[in-house]
Amino acid sequence: MDLLPSILFLQSILAATWRMATPIIYAAVGEVFSERAGILNIGIEGVMLIGAFTGYATAFASGNLVLGLLAAILSGIISGLIFAFFTITIKANQIVVGAAFNMIGMGLTGFLYRAFFAEGQGTLSLKTFQTIEIPFLSSIPFFGEVLFKHNIMVYATILLIPLAAFVLYHTAFGLSIQAVGEHPKAADTVGINVFLMRYLSVIIGSSLAAVGGAFLVLAYADQFVEGIVSGRGFIALAVVVFGGWSPWGAFWTSLLFGVFYALQLRIQTMPGVLIPYQFLQALPYLATLLVLIGLTKRRIRAPKTLGVPYK
Amino acid sequence: MDWVTLQTKLKKFLRSAWTPLAAIPIALSIGAIVLYLAGYDPVQAYSAMWQGAFKNRAAVTEVLIKATPLIFIGVGLAVAFRCSIWNIGAEGQFYMGAVASTAVGIYMGALPKFVLVPLVLIAGAAGGALWGMLAAYLKNRFGVNEVVSTIMLNYIAIFITGYLVTGPMIETAGLFAQTPKISENARLWRFLPPTRLHIGFIIAIVLAILLYILIFKTSVGYSIRAVGINPDAARYAGINVKRNILLAMAISGGAAGLGGAVEVAAISYRLYQLISPGYGFDGIAVSLLVNNNPLGVIFSGILFGALRSGSEVMQMNAKVPSALVFMIQGLVVLSVVAFGVYSYVSKVKEE
Repeated sequence: MDLLPSILFLQSILAATWRMATPIIYAAVGEVFSERAGILNIGIEGVMLIGAFTGYATAFASGNLVLGLLAAILSGIISGLIFAFFTITIKANQIVVGAAFNMIGMGLTGFLYRAFFAEGQGTLSLKTFQTIEIPFLSSIPFFGEVLFKHNIMVYATILLIPLAAFVLYHTAFGLSIQAVGEHPKAADTVGINVFLMRYLSVIIGSSLAAVGGAFLVLAYADQFVEGIVSGRGFIALAVVVFGGWSPWGAFWTSLLFGVFYALQLRIQTMPGVLIPYQFLQALPYLATLLVLIGLTKRRIRAPKTLGVPYK
Repeated sequence: MDWVTLQTKLKKFLRSAWTPLAAIPIALSIGAIVLYLAGYDPVQAYSAMWQGAFKNRAAVTEVLIKATPLIFIGVGLAVAFRCSIWNIGAEGQFYMGAVASTAVGIYMGALPKFVLVPLVLIAGAAGGALWGMLAAYLKNRFGVNEVVSTIMLNYIAIFITGYLVTGPMIETAGLFAQTPKISENARLWRFLPPTRLHIGFIIAIVLAILLYILIFKTSVGYSIRAVGINPDAARYAGINVKRNILLAMAISGGAAGLGGAVEVAAISYRLYQLISPGYGFDGIAVSLLVNNNPLGVIFSGILFGALRSGSEVMQMNAKVPSALVFMIQGLVVLSVVAFGVYSYVSKVKEE
């Protein structure tokens, strides 16, 4: 049997995997912080849309991708503040507020996009972040293609994860976040400001979700499309659970989903494949379900007060 | 009924009615600000919306037609939400109901009308109920969070529909991604010609009344609500929590599926990819707006039907993107929770 075609196939899948996983990595790592502090934010799908649109509109108007990214982060911070106000300060049901955020994200971005862009004069596409080929390493056969030919936002995830893990496990701030999610009353007693910690965690979560959304327009597709996030925020929620509420767990699980996305896209473009494309499109979502079902065997406990307002 | 009980009932009604009534102007005001900032004239946009919804009898019947699937979905979700099951999957359940009823309406088309119509509706309800119960089963058996599972099942249902209408069930001419029309014998009665207003609207209202009675006046409904308020306490009181979760999801999915069947049997007469333009998500706001009360859903469903119907006219006549309506719906929900939390907190303190 000739091995070369299958190696090339594997290479093309794996090369796309990290890129496809990147938006989910950002959103999932952010959600780890939020959930570790006890706040379940199912609105990150909407926040990702807001981040994507803000990033796109800013980058389009200014011609500056970094400015677009910063604007997206700002939109994430504002979204997080509003979400935190509703869920922490006035203690509204987190699922209900999250569902409302998804509707607002969908409606607001769809409205603004059509209001300002859809009557398309000229090109609406951005010049996205360029692929950076790491010298020497990128010419290694197979691994060069898979690991060392990506854009800056993809590479950044490999710095983000150890940073997030360090903050969460080895700093007073991170330990306070965990305490607040596990036993807010005890945390309060030893002088940790529960509200402040939860606010900050939610803001970290939604800023990273917004970055994940912005990735889609600044470093993946080159323009905004209504509903561009298409469920990645929801998949990130499943990733957090499967990753056991840890940054590294979220990273590896996101990569697993990246494989499904890459596989789905690759098979769709292959001639002579008789699987209906809808089944391939359904693959990441089906995989999410199967992964969650498989979790019963190795159940890791959720943060104790996840979803419960304090006092 | 004596004067005093009438008075207390009225007070109770007003207390529960003021939050949704206050939420709507707030959401519309924020919507107006967004419209203004985006360079539109809010007055012009909203008057186009109002015109579109209530201009004449035909417009009003269109509102009721748009409200019908929202009422079906909303009353179902009211039951699930009362059980604290966060069913975000009404969209998928609606799709599966539409799929099942279309299949019956096409492949059993030779049956007489008095057999086929009920069969179409039952198939729709069963399709939706099974899709909903799948999420309940995954939650009960494997501890899968229903928010995530129902969302995933939405995507899967939509892809299944996409596959069916482009593949095995595509119309004979094969030009468009849609099924052939269902048999004449499968169609629901449009009772106010020339408008499209159909008997499905009446069925939706009857279902809302029945589910109101079920939830608030029967022991079954009491168990469902008890599980929703505190599953541990309910279990301690001898209520089978898992069975109630399954039941609530069956009712919720069944109602959404019935909505899908009615949409096919009364309006489109066929299945196509976008049979639901997001009704399942609107339904969430429809139910939450009235604090998950099935009777209230009739009114919020009509309100959201008017928003949807009006926004389409707004997009056509005032060139304002209709996506704005999603945002207004989200804002309505946020306003309701903002008000609701305070009254809820004070009620808990009273108890």
